[in-house]
Amino acid sequence: MTAVFDPGAAAGLATARILDDTLNGSARGIVVDSPPGAGKSTLVVRAALELAAAGRPLMVVAQTNAQVDDLVVRLAEKDPGLPVGRLHSNDSDPYDKVLDGLANVRKSAKAGDLAGLDVVISTAAKWAHVKNVEPWGHAIVDEAYQMRSDALLAVAGLFERALFVGDPGQLDPFSIVGADQWAGLSYDPSASAVTTLLAHNPELPQHRLPVSWRLPASAAPLVSDAFYPYTPFRSGTDHGDRLLSFGVASDGSAADRVLDEAAESGWGLLELPARHTPRTDPEAVRAVALVVRRLLDRGGAATSERSPDPAPVTADRVAVGTAHRDQAAAVRAALAELGVTGVAVDTANRLQGREFDVTVVLHPLSGRPDATAFHLETGRLCVLASRHRHACIVVCREGVSDLLDEHPSTEPVQLGVTVKFPDGWEANHAVLAHLAEHRVRWGR
Amino acid sequence: MSLIGTLARLEAVESGRARPMATVRHRRLGDRPLVLVPLTTAGEAGAPLGALVGTDRDAPRLLAVAQPRDRDLRFAFLAELAEAVLPYIESYADVIEPAERSETDPGTGKKVKVETELCTDAAQLIVPSRAGIEFVRLLGRSMRFRRTAEDDPDTPYPAPARVPLLGRWLTHYGERARVPGSSLLLAGTDLLNRHWATGQSSLEDQHLGALLAWIDPPAGESGAEAALRAELARDAGGQLLCPPAGPATDPDFDNRLLAPAIEKYDRARTSLAAAEDGLAADARLAELTAAEREIRKLLAGVLRPTWDAVWRGLDLLRELPEGSRVEDRWTRDRWSFTGHRDRVRAGEPPQPRRDDAVTAARKLAARETAQAQLEAQEALDDPLVLAGRRLAGEAFLGEVTAVEMAYSESKRPSPRPLVTVRTAEQPHLGERVKVYRSLDGKPQTAEFAGYGPAEDDPAPALVLRITDRMGRGKEPAPGSVPEPGDVIAWTLFEHDQRGGPQLPDAEETPWTHGGPPGGVAAAERPDPVTTEDLL
Repeated sequence: MTAVFDPGAAAGLATARILDDTLNGSARGIVVDSPPGAGKSTLVVRAALELAAAGRPLMVVAQTNAQVDDLVVRLAEKDPGLPVGRLHSNDSDPYDKVLDGLANVRKSAKAGDLAGLDVVISTAAKWAHVKNVEPWGHAIVDEAYQMRSDALLAVAGLFERALFVGDPGQLDPFSIVGADQWAGLSYDPSASAVTTLLAHNPELPQHRLPVSWRLPASAAPLVSDAFYPYTPFRSGTDHGDRLLSFGVASDGSAADRVLDEAAESGWGLLELPARHTPRTDPEAVRAVALVVRRLLDRGGAATSERSPDPAPVTADRVAVGTAHRDQAAAVRAALAELGVTGVAVDTANRLQGREFDVTVVLHPLSGRPDATAFHLETGRLCVLASRHRHACIVVCREGVSDLLDEHPSTEPVQLGVTVKFPDGWEANHAVLAHLAEHRVRWGR
Repeated sequence: MSLIGTLARLEAVESGRARPMATVRHRRLGDRPLVLVPLTTAGEAGAPLGALVGTDRDAPRLLAVAQPRDRDLRFAFLAELAEAVLPYIESYADVIEPAERSETDPGTGKKVKVETELCTDAAQLIVPSRAGIEFVRLLGRSMRFRRTAEDDPDTPYPAPARVPLLGRWLTHYGERARVPGSSLLLAGTDLLNRHWATGQSSLEDQHLGALLAWIDPPAGESGAEAALRAELARDAGGQLLCPPAGPATDPDFDNRLLAPAIEKYDRARTSLAAAEDGLAADARLAELTAAEREIRKLLAGVLRPTWDAVWRGLDLLRELPEGSRVEDRWTRDRWSFTGHRDRVRAGEPPQPRRDDAVTAARKLAARETAQAQLEAQEALDDPLVLAGRRLAGEAFLGEVTAVEMAYSESKRPSPRPLVTVRTAEQPHLGERVKVYRSLDGKPQTAEFAGYGPAEDDPAPALVLRITDRMGRGKEPAPGSVPEPGDVIAWTLFEHDQRGGPQLPDAEETPWTHGGPPGGVAAAERPDPVTTEDLL
């Protein structure tokens, strides 16, 4: 009999090692790579609680205000008595009002007001303005792969040791101006914080969370093979643990058939006829909106390990992902026209770190005449294809694989820059090949 | 490419003429720019072949290297270039006005105003193309670490006196050209491409001749035809009628004309060296001079069309009035110019080969701020640019239909008037998204509060809550709240840019970025002499 993979035990072992290094290790930094939905936030909360329990003052650096507020809420849920400081900006409405209801959370725009609290949390942008304070002994840097090297430079003087947690497969940070002149330098300010950190401190311990609790068994192998070929992970659930069903039978339309396919297999590709289109391809946008509408109309219900009874797939459990903001705006308008509200529609950048039952994705290359580095970026497709717990439906024009073949990656190779594997071209092909097995043609 | 850019290109294809992308000029063009048209030697990185340089369009100065592989001749060229460029730069260095700069007082850590001086104008360099800017950088890199006999009497191959100084200035200009919106060093093609859209690909837009052909085609000819001719037409001898704008030359020119001429020059030089008596030497010297003159003539022949094209491009650009916020960006260029002047005068060493971690991060932050500022300023200066942003959903024009007074909920209520705006445009508004309008040149902020009643108008009504610039009183200051009937352009992007956070000093570079750089010992040394430096 072969050994049975026990996801809970494997994840628990990895977490125990990380916490041991954090609390008892001697290295100044620890890096934890986490695939999508592998319990990164849970790990951050646990590490924060254990450091606080050991009496070590901690600062936490997250990238967005939403992430900061989310962490504060999670910490308060786990330990309502823990004194937490929320350092915020001077803007109006700087933090989520939910925080006002938490007794032990102190909020201030001045770091001095929060001195002495067990845990102080803020965004990297706000931390960068903190000056003339006693450095913290420990820091946790969340979403470190999405943090730019120059942002780390601005805050690294505030702490002595740090735990860096993030997902290497998601979108790299970007800059709105060219930064080629620094490419290849170990401290390239436009690179990710982890790249710079490891270039200067290669000896730091690196850990990996081996189990994705979010992705279903139907998605983890594809996402792992396509985006994390050298650091594979497993799904925490098995085939059959998660089911998606509909209260209303299919009416035979393409939208319904692709929903059925996705419910059955976890993936669906709704393919529109080949055509070069503007970015906000009206037909594709309408198809996306229609699929969402039918998903809600047909009374989707999701069964998972979380509850034995089917839970209804409501609008807040559905997301639409696009590459560009104008595409998201067009989808929002199309959904409004169909009377759908409450569905998250956003770009890959803004969907990072979020989780839904079902996602509908407008393929970044759909209808394009060319494949630019932006549209080929591995992280973009990875984010879009790894937000779902049950099923992912991709809406795309036919001919993307030909487009890929006509546009091999032509980005110049920079000396001293570690080439990222897999490249977006390869990853796109891998995902397309898999999706082709779950294809439904539009209008037929 | 933006949607409006695509539209303009389609229109250009249809009409056979480039379409304007701007109604004002978004870059500074000084009264007396220095135009530099450089050429480089094929297959020899950083070996200049020749250049036309000067501020007078009718009297460019021709610099030529008869044998580009001869390093003495190369140095002579660079010395001549320094003679042509440095006096021009220096003529701006001493015309100053008093100014103030804020500095951090090392004692108290507070910002204090310091009296200083600012050059009233700055030297401006124009090259034909983006590759020309790269070449300026390369020249700067190759010169600034050179040592003169004065720096070090023992240096085996001393550089002519002013060459390292020119290298430092060209490096500064090359680096400044990377700052969005700066005008110290500009490329002709970039300038034209910013203001016009042609019907050709963006790759073809890098060809100065083809670009001008689209913008200003000869009478009776379409831009496409003229551009094709500029790219391909050759004379009876097989030479391009419109030679490339450099610094690379046309291979047919190299092979058929330049190589034989250089060979002739080499032979003349060898035979002069072998001359045994004065009479023979005189004759051979005459041969050498003739060979050199021939090369100069060839180079002048391929440089002059580009020189004239650059000036023609500048003429076209000067027809556009300057945007009102260009002056603001030019002032930053003047600060940059003055700052470099001061560093040179203070005897600081040349710019290092590579930026350290803190400098790199500072530059990137400054450029990102400059980019966002440039995009905002161009849109505010130019209705056509704003139209592009409106089409992209990043701005909208709307008529105020109603204003309702409201107040904030606090101990001292401040005015928060609700303004209803009707617009047929489709801005990407979400809950509490901030929008800005220009009020007496300063931005006023409002936030999107939702959609108003639809009524009969097909254009949706947007309700905006004004949040600032209404004075300190309970009632808003007169004129600070829009009135019904006003047609106002609102933007979803900020008009001003906040600077980023202060970064640590280089000596305090944290461990994550390799710690402080190695101190004085690691300061840049001049290039060591290698075997490749010796012929």
